[in-house]
Amino acid sequence: MPDNYFARYLPILIHFSLAALLATAIVLLSWIIGYRRPTRAKLSPYECGMTPVGDARQRFSVKFYLVAMLFILFDVEAVFLYPWAVILRDLKMFGFWEMLVYIGIVLVGFFYIWKKGVLDWGGASTGRGEV
Amino acid sequence: MTPDLHLWLIPVLPLIGAAINGFVGRRLTRQAIVTVAIAFCGASFAMALYVALRFSGLAIPHLETLAPWIRAGSFQADFAFYVDQLSLVMLLVVTGVGLLIHIYSIGYMWEEGGFYRFFCYLNLFMFFMLTLVLASNYLLMFIGWEGVGLASYLLIGFWFTKDSAASAGKKAFIVNRIGDFGFLIALFLMIKHFGTLNFDRVFQFAASMSVENATAGLLTAIGLLLMVGAAGKSAQIPLYVWLPDAMEGPTPVSALIHAATMVTAGVYMIARSHVIFERAPTALMVVAIIGTLTALFAATIGIAQTDIKKVLAYSTISQLGYMFLACGVAAFSAGIFHLMTHAFFKGLLFLAAGSVIHAVGGEQDMRKMGGLWRKIPWTWATMLIATCAIAGIPGLSGFFSKDEILWRAYQASWAYWLVGVVTAFLTSFYMFRLMYMTFAGEYRGVTSDHSIVQEQAPARSRPSAAQAHHGIHESPRVMLIPLAILAFLSIVGGWIGVPGSLGGSNRFDRFLGPVFRATAPAVKPQHAAPGETAPPEQTTEGLESHTGRGTELAFTGISVFAALLGLYLARLLYLRRPALPERIAAALNGLYAAVANKYYVDELYATLFVHPVVEGSKHILWHGMDQGVIDATLDNSADATRHVSDSLRHMQSGNLRSYAGWVAAGAAVVIAYMVWTGTR
Amino acid sequence: MSLAFQASQALPRGTDYLRILPELVLSIFGMIIMVLDPVVDQRRNQKALGTLALIGSLAAIASTLWQARAPGLAFWNMVQVDTFSVFFHFLITTITAVVILTSYEYMEVQQIRVGEYYALILFGAVGMCLMSSAVELVLIFIALEISSISTYILAGFRRRAAISSEASIKYFLLGSFATAFFLYGVALMFGATGSTSIPTIEQHLRSGSIPVLAYVAIALMFVGLGFKVAAAPFHVWTPDVYEGAPAPIVGFMSTAPKAAVFAVLLRIMFQIHAPGRLGLIWVAAALSMTLGNIGALVQQNVKRLLAYSSIAHAGYLLVAFAALPQNGIPSAMFYTASYAAMNIGAFAVVSHFGGAGERYVTLEDYSGLGRRSPVLAAALTLFLLSLIGIPITAGFFAKFYVFSAALQANLVGLVIIGVINSAVAAYYYLRVIVVVYMHDPRDESVLPAVPLELGAALAITALTTIYLGLLPGRVLDYASRSAGDLLH
Repeated sequence: MPDNYFARYLPILIHFSLAALLATAIVLLSWIIGYRRPTRAKLSPYECGMTPVGDARQRFSVKFYLVAMLFILFDVEAVFLYPWAVILRDLKMFGFWEMLVYIGIVLVGFFYIWKKGVLDWGGASTGRGEV
Repeated sequence: MTPDLHLWLIPVLPLIGAAINGFVGRRLTRQAIVTVAIAFCGASFAMALYVALRFSGLAIPHLETLAPWIRAGSFQADFAFYVDQLSLVMLLVVTGVGLLIHIYSIGYMWEEGGFYRFFCYLNLFMFFMLTLVLASNYLLMFIGWEGVGLASYLLIGFWFTKDSAASAGKKAFIVNRIGDFGFLIALFLMIKHFGTLNFDRVFQFAASMSVENATAGLLTAIGLLLMVGAAGKSAQIPLYVWLPDAMEGPTPVSALIHAATMVTAGVYMIARSHVIFERAPTALMVVAIIGTLTALFAATIGIAQTDIKKVLAYSTISQLGYMFLACGVAAFSAGIFHLMTHAFFKGLLFLAAGSVIHAVGGEQDMRKMGGLWRKIPWTWATMLIATCAIAGIPGLSGFFSKDEILWRAYQASWAYWLVGVVTAFLTSFYMFRLMYMTFAGEYRGVTSDHSIVQEQAPARSRPSAAQAHHGIHESPRVMLIPLAILAFLSIVGGWIGVPGSLGGSNRFDRFLGPVFRATAPAVKPQHAAPGETAPPEQTTEGLESHTGRGTELAFTGISVFAALLGLYLARLLYLRRPALPERIAAALNGLYAAVANKYYVDELYATLFVHPVVEGSKHILWHGMDQGVIDATLDNSADATRHVSDSLRHMQSGNLRSYAGWVAAGAAVVIAYMVWTGTR
Repeated sequence: MSLAFQASQALPRGTDYLRILPELVLSIFGMIIMVLDPVVDQRRNQKALGTLALIGSLAAIASTLWQARAPGLAFWNMVQVDTFSVFFHFLITTITAVVILTSYEYMEVQQIRVGEYYALILFGAVGMCLMSSAVELVLIFIALEISSISTYILAGFRRRAAISSEASIKYFLLGSFATAFFLYGVALMFGATGSTSIPTIEQHLRSGSIPVLAYVAIALMFVGLGFKVAAAPFHVWTPDVYEGAPAPIVGFMSTAPKAAVFAVLLRIMFQIHAPGRLGLIWVAAALSMTLGNIGALVQQNVKRLLAYSSIAHAGYLLVAFAALPQNGIPSAMFYTASYAAMNIGAFAVVSHFGGAGERYVTLEDYSGLGRRSPVLAAALTLFLLSLIGIPITAGFFAKFYVFSAALQANLVGLVIIGVINSAVAAYYYLRVIVVVYMHDPRDESVLPAVPLELGAALAITALTTIYLGLLPGRVLDYASRSAGDLLH
């Protein structure tokens, strides 16, 4: 291995070039080899789903955002559990209690949003707070 | 072992009085308020007398530490009080004159609203002033220094319903702040180079330094900065503009604060710091020049004023100029001597003027007075004594102190002396002009017309309306007694300092000698240790002997002649030929207008400093950024309350982006700078 | 394998938890409030939740004092408890308690019936406390975010006022923008020195030549932190946000987070011996003082006026950072404490006087306050005098020490700029006092009486203002010792 700083990254460079080459090759090949028969449906921006009509800047219910944010929170919680699980044995009981505290804190948040009515989707909020 | 005199009681007693009147005064009767205020102020005076009696038995300077205050690292400042000959003189003047003015105020303010508030402020002022005088370090002195400014602000704005009074108070405060910062920077320099603010240590350090003759070094810098502070408090050029406006306050306040005590704090501070000034000839020269110019400048303005209190205000500025002149020629004891006599006669002049205003129902314009001497003879008599004293008529207190200053000024430079004599002439002229316009001739005011009276002093419409019916009358006895006492002091107050040439022995100068001569630069530093004094034989007479007594007498003659000339001219113009002044004024059209309008200095300051700052701030920051950008956005978003998303879009397309732009631009500059420093 | 081995070697010890005890106490109380808030009846128990928060902050003060007896490092040298951190812990928790006291009446009058207001204050305080004791840049960043996110939300709590939502959104967007700078600076510092631990960085920078990267890192961190303390040229958000946010919260966020960020700045500037500090601070300080004071001159809205004033005060405080460490650190610490006392007091008055919907916030509204409510007017006057820097108030000594520290470092120019600025500043503070005492009231209606809690808050702040102005010795002494601790 040469001791040049950049030389050490040579494999990565090769990797990048290969990836780029492969991607270009596939697109190019399908363009050269394939044959085209365009129809009206095929030319629309989205072949399936809704027809895009009107302004994209519509107003959404704030609930969408809330759910999106909540998803991220609980998702991150789950992600946290993986590395913890790997070293759980070494952490012994300490690790167990520590994670319990952590989940407890997340549960407090869950309890809070639940009681505040964030998870109620139907009609008027039954929660007592004003979120 | 030195005796414990409980010096701390002297300032604290008035503070207690202020607290009582401030907290429960609203519920007390007028008699009770007066009793409290006078009792605590009087107790303070009694304490001062007690200190004076025990004075000969003290080791001077006498130091009493009440409590530790700040001990941060090597820096140390305590609640400690310091008495030597200089502070004793100040102490007696402040408490004595202060007490008399307290008594006078009873009569003057009796019918006013906010009676308790007035006495609360007055006592508060006494507390701060006495702290200033008794402080043993510059920091404590500065506390008193700012405190008297605050009290003066409160008292000037006492009739706060008057717009002019409120803005006058503000002006005084802000101009004083400018001066105070000079003072403050001087303190920082002392901390940095001496590591202390205690008088004895600072003076020890300063005394061990050599005289900065050719070079302007540390001591010169400190001296000049102290002078900036003193110029603010003592109304010297260019910071004098607040004092004439300060006359909006009640007259006893003008007497106490703006004539007898607070405005002289600057003189006291410079005299206190004489060790520094003596080693900084440049700073000393600046003090002398500013003092001389102020004396002359203010006196010329005084000639054309028609408001009785404004005349006295400019006269005060002019007399303070004399004191600075004295300090500037290193005649500190002469300056303090004049400070003391000035406290007597100028205090008296203001109180008498107050009595006049009281008598004519709130009128302050001298053109609407005249012929009053028959109606209010006591006021007339006492005021005449004070006028003679300030004009320098031989035998009265002002004559001796002014003569002493002029003589010492002559020894420094004939130019100082010449300006001083011209000023003395002008002083005599405008003071007798005031006397003639007020007391001689026929009464020119309209007794029955309420409107004029009320226009002049709306806050005091009640008493003036009452007086308008009763006509002009002499003030009550409680006001006349302080007048009489001050008149007596104005006569005899100078006799303790009769210079040798006039057959006296100048005991005053000799009394203060240990303070000022112990550390004079000629003496070797080791003699400068506190408590050690120079031989008492070395007095002013000793210094003067070579010039000869005859010369000094000749100069005295000249200044007496100047005073008499002023008297004669005033008599000629305002008694014999009353039409003449107007013709002269008409002939000297432009000049007269300039003088009558105080040389337009206020307008100049407004154009030069106040206007650009306020307008610039208005146009650039207020109209440009605040209204244009910020308020526009606020208006927009207020319209869009119901559409939060809408307002969001407005913000993002509007100024939030520009805010982020500011932050990014700032960051770019910061990063560029740091890269530049790093690669340099 | 090796990862697992290290982990088992370095389990936290009991003392580690003691060293974050105030933070733990605050978090627990915050969570209790959060759980209780949706369960209990808002209309009746608002005050109870506030009281719970007050107890929490008092418990945090107590645990700070307890913690002070056992200084040391914790959590793998990420947290350090010493006199420096204890000073700021005490300051922040006390501010929290006082702000909660000022909030009781405000919440009632504004009809904001949301209990998490108190929880957010406590959570914010957790972040601020942690900032002052963290000695590891990533932990500092996390603490900074905890404190910032709470304040973003708190700024928008007057939900009926568009201006408040606007304040919150602006603060949030610009704040995240600025925090990104800080994080980038941390990353570059790691690149330059190979560590994010402050003592290690210090050793590294002292031992060899300083890479340019370190300069840039300092610059970026300064941008992020400068934004948080509202130092020019990163101050643009301040007037808008302070005007929109609820008055007690402005009192909170102009003092507590600032104190915490100044603690971080002290660590970065002095403990690390930040290269290029002098020029950076010089310009920022001079700019902040000048822009803040000039901006304040023409303000008609008292909250806006105080916002500009807080920019100026950040400038005065920055002056201390240009001084020598042994004077600069104590004077900066003293200044933060003094400023906290007088500013919270001023905003307490503003919040009481504002009335429902904060209707009375312009200068004209204040006319004749001296006659309508002498006590309130006297308190406001005291705080304004202290902000001017009049002796026997805290503001005087704060400025005095800062300027004298700067002068000992030969920063004559900066001191002169500062001194001129303080003279200019007297004008606009005095304008308020003049209006309060010397103008006729426009509205003679009787003001609501000052409730007990607000009275207590005013008394605490006023007494502290006077105490620090009369007897600054003890606090200053403690601050000097902390400076010694910080510099070893």
